[in-house]
Amino acid sequence: MRLSSKQATLLVLAVLILVSPAFFPSNYYYRVGAMVFVNAIAVVGIAILTGYAGQISLGHAGFVGIGGYACALMPLHFGVPPLLAVVLGATLSGVIAWLVGRPILRLKGYYLAVASLGFGVLVAMVLANEGQVTGGPDGIKVPDPGARAWLTGLGLELSNAQFWYVFTGLFLLAGAWLALNLNDSATGRALRALHGSEVAARTVGVDVARAKLMAFVISAVYASVAGSLLALQNRLITPDVAGYMHSIELVTMAVLGGAGSVLGAILGAALLTLLPQVLTVLQDYEHVVLGLVMMAVMIFLPAGLLPSAQRFMRGRGE
Amino acid sequence: MSLLSVQGLGISFGGLSAVRDVSFAVNAGEIVSVIGPNGAGKTTLFNMISGVYLPKAGQVRLDGETVTGLRPDLLARRGLSRTFQNLQIFQQMSVLDNVVVGFHLHERGPVLSDLLGLPGARRRSRASTQGARELLERVGLARAAEREAGALSYGALKRLEIARALAVRPRVLLLDEPAAGCNAVETEEIDRLIAEVADSGVAILLVEHDMKLVMRLSHTIVVLDHGEKIAEGDPATVSRDPQVIEAYLGASAEVIDAHG
Amino acid sequence: MSDLVPFSDLLQFLVSGVTVGAVYALVALGFTIIYNASDVVNFAQGEFVMLGGMISVAAVSAGLPLPLAALIAIVITAAIGVALNTLAIEPARGAPVVSLIIITIGASIFIRGVTQIVFGKGTHRLPPFSGDAPLHLFGAAILPQSLWVVAGAVAIFVGLWLFFTRTLTGRAVLATSNNRLAAQLVGINTGFVMTLSFALSAGIGALAGVLITPITPTSFEVGITLALKGFAAAMLGGMGNPKGALAGGLLLGLLEALTAGYLSSHYKDAVAFFVILVVLFAFPRGLYGSNPTERV
Repeated sequence: MRLSSKQATLLVLAVLILVSPAFFPSNYYYRVGAMVFVNAIAVVGIAILTGYAGQISLGHAGFVGIGGYACALMPLHFGVPPLLAVVLGATLSGVIAWLVGRPILRLKGYYLAVASLGFGVLVAMVLANEGQVTGGPDGIKVPDPGARAWLTGLGLELSNAQFWYVFTGLFLLAGAWLALNLNDSATGRALRALHGSEVAARTVGVDVARAKLMAFVISAVYASVAGSLLALQNRLITPDVAGYMHSIELVTMAVLGGAGSVLGAILGAALLTLLPQVLTVLQDYEHVVLGLVMMAVMIFLPAGLLPSAQRFMRGRGE
Repeated sequence: MSLLSVQGLGISFGGLSAVRDVSFAVNAGEIVSVIGPNGAGKTTLFNMISGVYLPKAGQVRLDGETVTGLRPDLLARRGLSRTFQNLQIFQQMSVLDNVVVGFHLHERGPVLSDLLGLPGARRRSRASTQGARELLERVGLARAAEREAGALSYGALKRLEIARALAVRPRVLLLDEPAAGCNAVETEEIDRLIAEVADSGVAILLVEHDMKLVMRLSHTIVVLDHGEKIAEGDPATVSRDPQVIEAYLGASAEVIDAHG
Repeated sequence: MSDLVPFSDLLQFLVSGVTVGAVYALVALGFTIIYNASDVVNFAQGEFVMLGGMISVAAVSAGLPLPLAALIAIVITAAIGVALNTLAIEPARGAPVVSLIIITIGASIFIRGVTQIVFGKGTHRLPPFSGDAPLHLFGAAILPQSLWVVAGAVAIFVGLWLFFTRTLTGRAVLATSNNRLAAQLVGINTGFVMTLSFALSAGIGALAGVLITPITPTSFEVGITLALKGFAAAMLGGMGNPKGALAGGLLLGLLEALTAGYLSSHYKDAVAFFVILVVLFAFPRGLYGSNPTERV
């Protein structure tokens, strides 16, 4: 049987998630793996917004912050179970994205970049400044969702790091599956079409404003879920997850790997999450290397690593 | 009643009038061509009718309904579709997907079912892919279906745009220089295709520089010069019109030759 | 008498607003010069200001006199600006906006990283140019350094205005920003214009850094915030318009000072972004938006 490219992508991803632990030198790497998955979830959202629809956002960390704080604040102030808070946080992010997206998606290029950036910075500032509600700049504790205990009750014994590796890995698989479904649907094609030519997309009946808004809302929900998982896993959330630098990192991860492809976006997330781990010895050089990587990839491989590599392989194959 | 009718349409850019007081009508199954020297305002006229530019004066009616200045996507819903003089291809998408997008209005459903890949969404997707393959067959691009659109030749892209516009299943089709950059064989194919589409009851408005094609296909020709309509009539009448000959100056011989 | 106290407060806020605003105006001017020459919004603009401050601090602590230190800082930063253009912007000419944003942000992170390695993580301050005994005016205290900042900004704006309107080179830059191709056709070396624009923009940023460092201490991290504020100011005044940069910078500085004074100092930094969002919502094409018709 021949696999569709969607099935192939999901299979590759599932195998990678399953097989990687065989090469982990220590339990600590489950943690690193889970960090990769959490970032990858947010970055798959960026792939939908930037890779499919061609719209830039420098404020998506704001939604990561909303999702993360939902898991801290909703249980604390309203007694909501943490896992339900993930869903409520995602809903809230979607609604906020819809409200914010309507005006700012009329903007293009740099204007959209700065408007979204402004949104993200404002979210980060509110989280840092409204200390009585949010815990302030030092962050706030997040309750244990109790899912691991439940699994232990079922007789499935996982270390904390292992549990989060599996849990976030499943979310990533689901996120990738949804994004790939979207890519191969009327909505996904409309997004890629308006990326190519807005006027032509309109003439075949695409409501461009609505399509962009959809992409913005969907990507915000991805970011929010990633933020929730981050908060639950770390049992702590701080305002910098909503900050400008985090937004930049997310976009960089997406375009580094290749924003147009789901697997590329995940690759980008993996590389940039692992970079600081590799550079722990040269910690001072982290920013230098990150900056260089960003410039070099955009200058020499503007399509991103994975699509460029695929093109190269295809070129050699012929 | 005419499917498409244009009354007193006009627009100006920065105080300069580009199109002034242009009126005409296209019936179902009819091919109306707009000709005129470069800069006469043909593409501007197209852009106003298709909702890309907002006209300053006049009205556009689609099957009796006033649609002046309506957004292109709303016009598409009402059955108006077009191609572009300067190609507007989705370069990063495959040839097939370029046409599948054309079925957007027939394929779209709830976003959630697209995300979840529900059977309904998959069925709609299969139907439009099937339709797109048929259209590619019709314009002679079936073998290029899986290639990236950006890799096609100019003539092939022109036909790809026609296929995409047909995917909308238009009642009114605007073709902006469909034969430009095509060789003789391709032009003949396009010629046959346009006639076929018109025969199926679509109202066609055509801008084209290939006078042979215009003279052979058109039921009515509208001549623009400096943004104004200077003549309208069947090909024989228009090609003998002294004003038209004057507007074309050196090209006048070509107009008459083509007809003779 | 009692209502005089609020007045002196207000005056104090205005003074600090104008001082900060003058710096924002210079950053915004830097954005504008590069944007006009190349259509690139340079997110590394704030790093030029940071470099101006850091390099002059290093030069002064190495025993050089302040004017020489300032000159060195400006020249080195201008050279870095030129390098940025040659090594990162020119090779990506014609790339999509997303790529250019990532490139200039990458440059900004890189410059910050190198600065941190060379000069360390500490915060530094320059000595004031002419003492720190404040002048008193209607109950408000004005630092002499504030006058230096404002005078420096005025000098730069007047100097640039003369350069763009009175010199052949300046007009060539203007011509290039209007229409690059046409400028090339009449024999203007647009490559040189790009180099000059980056040098000018970086040099102006560095000067702003030198002027403000006696008031606001500098560290390798200050660039980002300055870049965002400067960008907000440029956008507020209308992207690509030098007078707009001046007006936008001053307005933003005043709004921040008044917000800090009367509302909440925590949200002082939010003002810029709040203003950006309001301006963009009201004028989606920017204040001086261009022709909306798309050629198809």
